[in-house]
Amino acid sequence: MPAANSIATSSNVKVMNRFEITKRLVSKLKRQEAVIGGVGNTNFDLWAAGQRPQNFYMLGSMGLAIPIALGVALAQPHRHIIALEGDGSLLMQLGCLTTVAMLKPKNLTMIIMDNGIYQITGGQPTPASYGADIVSMSLAAGIDQSIWAADEDEFEALVETALASEAPTLIAARIDQKPAVATTERNPGNIRERFMQGIGV
Amino acid sequence: MGEASSSTERAWRRIIQRALKANRVRLITYVPDRVLTPLIADLHDDPEFMTFPTTREEEAVGILTGAWMGGLLGAALMQTSGFATIPNVLASLAIPYQIPLLMFVSERGTLGEFNYGQALVCRTMRPVLDALTIENHTIQRLDELEFVVDRSIKQAVATRAPVAFILSPLLTGGKTFEG
Repeated sequence: MPAANSIATSSNVKVMNRFEITKRLVSKLKRQEAVIGGVGNTNFDLWAAGQRPQNFYMLGSMGLAIPIALGVALAQPHRHIIALEGDGSLLMQLGCLTTVAMLKPKNLTMIIMDNGIYQITGGQPTPASYGADIVSMSLAAGIDQSIWAADEDEFEALVETALASEAPTLIAARIDQKPAVATTERNPGNIRERFMQGIGV
Repeated sequence: MGEASSSTERAWRRIIQRALKANRVRLITYVPDRVLTPLIADLHDDPEFMTFPTTREEEAVGILTGAWMGGLLGAALMQTSGFATIPNVLASLAIPYQIPLLMFVSERGTLGEFNYGQALVCRTMRPVLDALTIENHTIQRLDELEFVVDRSIKQAVATRAPVAFILSPLLTGGKTFEG
C-alpha cells in the first residue's frame, strides 16, 4: 500500500471510466468476495460487469452502500466485502467513514467513483466538486489506508493490496461522465435472495 | 424517583436484553438517547452483543440490513426524532428488500415533553409506520413487554418485515424537564 500521503491527489490522477475499472475490479475477485453497489450508475455498471451472485444492487437508500457492506463484513468476517459508491452518495452519509474507522473491519474495502456530479439526476456538480478531496476527508475520518488510484493499473494493484489487507481501505477513482452501459434488473426481493444464496446464507 | 420506580426501570431493560438474547439478536446499533442510556450500557457490558453507535439512524438501517443478509440479526436503538429521519430508507431498502429490521424507539414528545420539536415528530411517527404498513407496538406495561418483544421479533424474522417497538414513558419513565 503506498503511503497515505502519496503524491496522488484528486487533481493529478487519471480520469478513468467507471465500467472499465469495475470490470477490472471484478476480474480480481477470486474468493467469492461480496460487492455492494451503491445507487444509480455505480450498481448499473457492476451489473453490466457480470451478474455475480455475490453482488448486491442497491436501488434506493442513497448513501448506504458502505453501511450495508459494513454490516455484511461484521456478519461474515472471513469474507472480503467491497462497497462501490459514488461521490455524491458518500456525501449523503459521510459519517459512516468514522463508524468504519471505529470498528476497523479487516475485510472491508470502499471504492469511491468520483465524477464530481450527480450523474443520474442530470449531471449537477456536487458541493464537494468545488474543492473537497474525498481521500483527505477519509483520512481525516480515521481511515488510514485511503488513497487515490493514479491510473487503471494502479487501481488494480490497490485492489489486490486491499483484498489482502488487515485494515479497511478506501480507494478513490476519478471517473469520466459517461453513463452506465446497462441498467440493473429492478427486483429487490430477487436481488436480496440471490445475494444471500451467493454468500451462503 | 422512589425505590419502586428504580426497580421498574431496571426491569424493562432486563426484559429487553433477555428477549434479544433469546432470539439470537447479536448486533446492537444506537444513536444515543437519555432514556435508553442504561440499556445501552448494559448491552455494551454484555459480551454476547456487539454494540456500537452510528452517526445517523439511516446508517444503522444500512448496517443492520447488511448484517442480516450476512446471517447476523441486529436491532437499532433510537429516539422519536431519529425515527423521523428514516422513512426513505424504510421505503427504499428495508421494506422492498424484505429485511427483518428491529427498531426500538424511545418515545419522546408525549407525557411531559418539554421540546416542541419532539412533540411534533412524535405525532408523525405512527402515521408514517402505518402508511408503510410496518408492524408497530407501543409498549406501556411491563407485564406485556416480554411477550410483545419476543413474539414480534420472531414474526419479523419469519415474515421478513421490519418491526418498531415504541417504548412509552409509561414503561420507561421517560425524560423529564429539569430546567
